[in-house]
Amino acid sequence: MAYKKRIIILAGIALLLALLYIFYDLSGNIDYILPRRITKVVTIILTGGAIAFATTLFMTVTNNRILTPSILGLDSLYLLIQTVIVFVFGSHTLAMMSGNTNFLISVGLMVLFTLILYHFLFKGENKSIYFLLLIGMILGTFFNSFSSFMQVLIDPNEFMIVQDKMFASINNVNSDLVGVSIILIVITMIFFIPYYKYLDVMALGKDQAINLGVPYDRIVKRLLIVVAVLISVSTALIGPITFLGLLVVNLAYELMKTYRHAYILLAAVLISIIALLGGQFIVEKIFTFSTTISVIINLIGGIYFIFLLLKENKSW
Amino acid sequence: MVNIKNVFKSYQNKPVIEDVTLEIERGKITSFIGPNGAGKSTLISMISRLIVRDEGQISIDGMDILSVKNNELAKKISILKQSNQINLKLTVRELVSFGRFPYSQGRLSKEDVAKIEEAIDYMELRDMQDKYLDELSGGQRQRAHIAMVIAQDTEYILLDEPLNNLDMRHSVSIMKTLRKLVDEMGKTIVIVIHDINFASCYSDNIVALKDGKIVKEGRTCDVIDKCVLKEIYDMDIEIKEIDNQRICVYF
Repeated sequence: MAYKKRIIILAGIALLLALLYIFYDLSGNIDYILPRRITKVVTIILTGGAIAFATTLFMTVTNNRILTPSILGLDSLYLLIQTVIVFVFGSHTLAMMSGNTNFLISVGLMVLFTLILYHFLFKGENKSIYFLLLIGMILGTFFNSFSSFMQVLIDPNEFMIVQDKMFASINNVNSDLVGVSIILIVITMIFFIPYYKYLDVMALGKDQAINLGVPYDRIVKRLLIVVAVLISVSTALIGPITFLGLLVVNLAYELMKTYRHAYILLAAVLISIIALLGGQFIVEKIFTFSTTISVIINLIGGIYFIFLLLKENKSW
Repeated sequence: MVNIKNVFKSYQNKPVIEDVTLEIERGKITSFIGPNGAGKSTLISMISRLIVRDEGQISIDGMDILSVKNNELAKKISILKQSNQINLKLTVRELVSFGRFPYSQGRLSKEDVAKIEEAIDYMELRDMQDKYLDELSGGQRQRAHIAMVIAQDTEYILLDEPLNNLDMRHSVSIMKTLRKLVDEMGKTIVIVIHDINFASCYSDNIVALKDGKIVKEGRTCDVIDKCVLKEIYDMDIEIKEIDNQRICVYF
């Protein structure tokens, strides 16, 4: 099978990069460096995987290949939470707060926000998914504006702390958080398994899915919950980086040339891990930490996005 | 038998279907005709639960469509909508295989594969089964979609304007296939159709709708009638009998 071969090649590249990252120029205090690097690699695998997975589900649910879950406004909410903490309690609280507390508060609030949003939107007669996205986008913009408003008011030194949170970074991830994230992601995956079989059919669109006996509204709601948890965990772990999803899922579709989620999901997760590992390697060894990984991802992602728009435009 | 009882539907307080009561006969082709905006598509979508009705009752073989499990209903009734925009890279065979989902839940059994082969042969798609859908012409794509519905193997098949954008040759071949499905396999078919001559030549029963209400329903020969058509379309339509077929001349 050509598909399996491609998956194996991707997995090989990911593994090679992981090993390269861990063992490149390994000198000095190995007892200190090695665990730190392994933590980073595990973080990358978790967040990269979660983002790719969530974005694939999101694109299938919305039937749209240029939407990412960031449209639900979760990253904006994350920034708002961080800004509010600094605004109300000052930066020392954010710094002093054990990683776990901030992480759990952020994840909890983000998931709670999504559940409330879904609850209200799916209750009424108007259950259109695009309406949900519109509301998400408006709320996201509102959160953003509200954050900037508070950022302008706070002390410039405090703002520096907030700004740190605005860009995804894998450099200072707390190893305690990795454990919590693994547990959360595993629970989400167990929740997700029964819905896996519906994905291919959902990709045919709402009418076909209902025709083929998929309990459409229920499945959409459950899948969006999975998306929300995965995005919340990865955002709280390293910061807002959902743009990566757009890049890797589309690459996965281009590369695999199939509709089957079994392959698309795997390929997207692997490409995502490769992109993050490669990006992080470049950040550390070439730019020597003078930039963050989200800057690189956004640059490449932005170029690819424009390319996608031009390509789609041509095919009309 | 499909029973529709006092069904209402409105969009933003604008009624689209008003108090429709209808029985769809088993083992026949029933055509819905009427001008644009008469509510034909809405009615057919409600029967297949793509759109939820506001009031009334719709039942299939005595079971209310909203209380039956989705999966069970998908083995009884299938629908093909007029816009089949699928933006996936799918081959004909893969599309037809999707028709087995209600039975296989994604894991095709030997029986599923046999049904898929049968549907592909039935629609004469054998030599293009590995082609991608976007490489096909409109008529071929429509045949692939009908093959999927055949693979779904439901007793009731609903089609929303299956002849849209097809030339005469393909239209005739699709209608002949539908006729065959009814006569040979005992299916019950409901179609929304604009060309009243196709409705006249191929269907057993016709339901004429206008402004969300049924104007006339019954045997084809009763509905294809000068007075009835005048009422539906506000046009004087001559009806000529050619080889025992009623042909409407409206040009």
